[in-house]
Amino acid sequence: MNRTVTYRALLFVVLTVAAVVVLVPTVFRDVPSWWPWRQPVRLGLDLQGGTHLLYAVDIEQAIDTSVERNRQDVERALREAQIGATSIEQQGRTIFVRLANKDKRDQVQTLVKDQFPSLVSVPQTDVESAADFAYTLDAREVQRLRDNVREQALKIIRNRIDQFGVAEPTVQAQGSDEIVVQLPGIQDPQRAKDLIGKTALLEFKIVAEGPQAGTPDKPGAGIQVVPGKSEGGRRQSYLVERRTLMTGDVLTDAHVSPGSATEGMAVDFVLDQRGTKEFGQITTTHVGRRLAIILDGVVESAPTIREPITGGRGQITGRFDFAEAQDLANVLRNGALPAPLRLIEERTVGPSLGRDSIRNGILSFVVGSGLVIAFMLVYYRGGGLIADAALLLNVLFLVGAFAAFGFTLSLPGIAGVVLTIGMAVDANVLILERIREELRLGKTPRAAIDAGYERAWYAIRDSNLTTFLSGLILFQFGSGPVRGFAVTLCLGILTSLLTGVFGTRVVYDAVTSGRRVTAVSV
Amino acid sequence: MPTSPARAAEKPAPAEHRFFELIPPGLNIDFVGLRFKMLLLSWTLILIGLGSVYLKGGLNYGIDFAGGTMVHVRFAQPTPIGDIRAALARPDLREVVVQDVGKGGQEFQIRVLGAEHGGASSVADAIKTGLRDKFGEGTYDVLRVETVGPKVGKDLWRSATLAVLAATLVMGAYIAFRFEIRFGVGAAIALLHDVLMTIGALSLANMEFDLTTVAALLTVVGYSVHDTVIVSDRIRENMKKMRRESLATIMNVSINETLSRTLITSGTAILVTAALFVLGGSVIHSFAFALLVGFIVGTYSSIYVASPVVLYLEGRGSRRR
Repeated sequence: MNRTVTYRALLFVVLTVAAVVVLVPTVFRDVPSWWPWRQPVRLGLDLQGGTHLLYAVDIEQAIDTSVERNRQDVERALREAQIGATSIEQQGRTIFVRLANKDKRDQVQTLVKDQFPSLVSVPQTDVESAADFAYTLDAREVQRLRDNVREQALKIIRNRIDQFGVAEPTVQAQGSDEIVVQLPGIQDPQRAKDLIGKTALLEFKIVAEGPQAGTPDKPGAGIQVVPGKSEGGRRQSYLVERRTLMTGDVLTDAHVSPGSATEGMAVDFVLDQRGTKEFGQITTTHVGRRLAIILDGVVESAPTIREPITGGRGQITGRFDFAEAQDLANVLRNGALPAPLRLIEERTVGPSLGRDSIRNGILSFVVGSGLVIAFMLVYYRGGGLIADAALLLNVLFLVGAFAAFGFTLSLPGIAGVVLTIGMAVDANVLILERIREELRLGKTPRAAIDAGYERAWYAIRDSNLTTFLSGLILFQFGSGPVRGFAVTLCLGILTSLLTGVFGTRVVYDAVTSGRRVTAVSV
Repeated sequence: MPTSPARAAEKPAPAEHRFFELIPPGLNIDFVGLRFKMLLLSWTLILIGLGSVYLKGGLNYGIDFAGGTMVHVRFAQPTPIGDIRAALARPDLREVVVQDVGKGGQEFQIRVLGAEHGGASSVADAIKTGLRDKFGEGTYDVLRVETVGPKVGKDLWRSATLAVLAATLVMGAYIAFRFEIRFGVGAAIALLHDVLMTIGALSLANMEFDLTTVAALLTVVGYSVHDTVIVSDRIRENMKKMRRESLATIMNVSINETLSRTLITSGTAILVTAALFVLGGSVIHSFAFALLVGFIVGTYSSIYVASPVVLYLEGRGSRRR
């Protein structure tokens, strides 16, 4: 036997063994511990059941929030510098500052320049009503927000999901401002959606008291109305001082604590050094007042401050059940999202449909490939037998590649495998038909085989390349299951060229080399 | 199918070969002569299909493109579709479409398109509540729930159109580069023909048009060219061999010579897509349907659309340089 035939045959033996090794964990549940491959083929959500969520990160909102935060900081800085401002207003993304004492203009200018490098002053068009200063966010700062907000959100969500406790979740960025979350095995996604969608902005404000507080319909100056949690259909609202004393970014840890019988579960939190100092100050100056703990614009609880809390620990109560408390601790621990998320796509597949799909997929595979194999055998006899062997090897390699590279097999992916069967024999048909033609022209079997492979190759190459190209375009365009189909289509073309063209050639070469062949069964 | 003896080609063969053949090698059908009739037939069918799309006010868009909510349920017992419609006649649900997916009256897809009002999952919840109130817990199984926002639908629609156009151009360009520019034009027109034909068939059969259907269309695009390549490849080969013949004759000879390959290669692909269509289940029903139609049309078009275009570009009846 010719040396290159031996090497080529050896290549196929090695590939076959490798494919079998990686596929054993998929076929058999229990593999011995010494088996070199553990990972079964990953099934898509449409096959194993689960929930697919697509969120859009509201980056514009994050920019608005950043402007708002800067406004608050400027207000505080001016107050601390004892510069009286008549008003500091925000319209769109511009902060307007009006001063009581015009002499302090230079002082304000220097202060903002030093302390707020991300603010730039903007020219005002309307001279009549012009404020003393108008600031907006620097273009570079806006760009930095655009670049970072999605990444931050992604990291936070990933942490929240990891601590949610679901097997093999996927949290991925998609497009410019989207996040995909896939939760295999989750049928009722409500709790997961609540967990992910929570911005988790924690604010501490003081509950207003006395006559200057006003009423919920007519709050006093510097007082705002914040709704409480609804309990039994009723919603209490709180009058709180507008000023935020502390936010949740100073939290270092949060965990569930048993709480009390009447109050339900509670969440304990631990503050960092700065937070400990701030919290100490707040609780010292407001002993006897009530502290509103506000999460995403809703008052969770408003306990009375009995004594200064300087230990850097606190507790939130609010009649939580265990899951609620757990999720609250989770979001507090992992920090607030830099921007709100909007759920724009949700797909849930139940486990029974997944099982049906797997069964339907396998059934169409068995029937489809059975028909093709039988046809090839009847029509081309010996040549058909070799082509059929190549076909089986092709499927083995294709599914083996899914296991080896960790690709996800979806229902369209299975359809792609079935389709590959139908298309893979194309190459063999082209070759065998060509061999027949050459035989009819009176060539010897050996010459006919050589000519058949050689002449058919151009058509095989061109036709497969075009299908491959459309597969690549499909991959670019699609998402989820469609991508699975594109991957199968492209991989299938590669494996069918490998087995259908090079593999069958090895067999023919092995049979015809070193001896005279008088007849060939095609 | 009886085994017919191989006919000797031009020269008598030294050895007698007996092949199992569907198409005898000496076959000579005048495909090129039939091209105007076929042209008429093709475009009549396409017009009927597109007319159907127009009359129905667009394709039967799934929620992927239109945005909205889809709930796929399976009942333990066959259930009249009217009962389901009645269960969903609620003030918080408008324009509910209930479709029997053909599992003996037990499986239905309930769709509400364009669910912009009321938040992402409220429509799905309303549907589930309606079903639970009417039929009771446990008499049915919720197989799938999908909600797609309007923005997503618009984005998908744009990228799907772009993908099909890009694929058509890339294929045409590739064939033009591999063969000649007129073969490229022929292939591009042929696959446009296939896509239009498939879309028309989807509309006539009232199949849902969703993401996977677009995936099927793109595959059809790739496959249509695949077939065209086989015929074009032979035409090019024969153009070298038969320099004195007219292009029309060369085409006829080439199409006849490759007919067996074309039918068998397409046949196996059509066989497996038929298996997918019949056995693949409701989730990929429209996907398999689009593939099946597209492959059949694609085979036809590589004979009757691509080659006549090449011939037309050559200048009718003129001889090769």
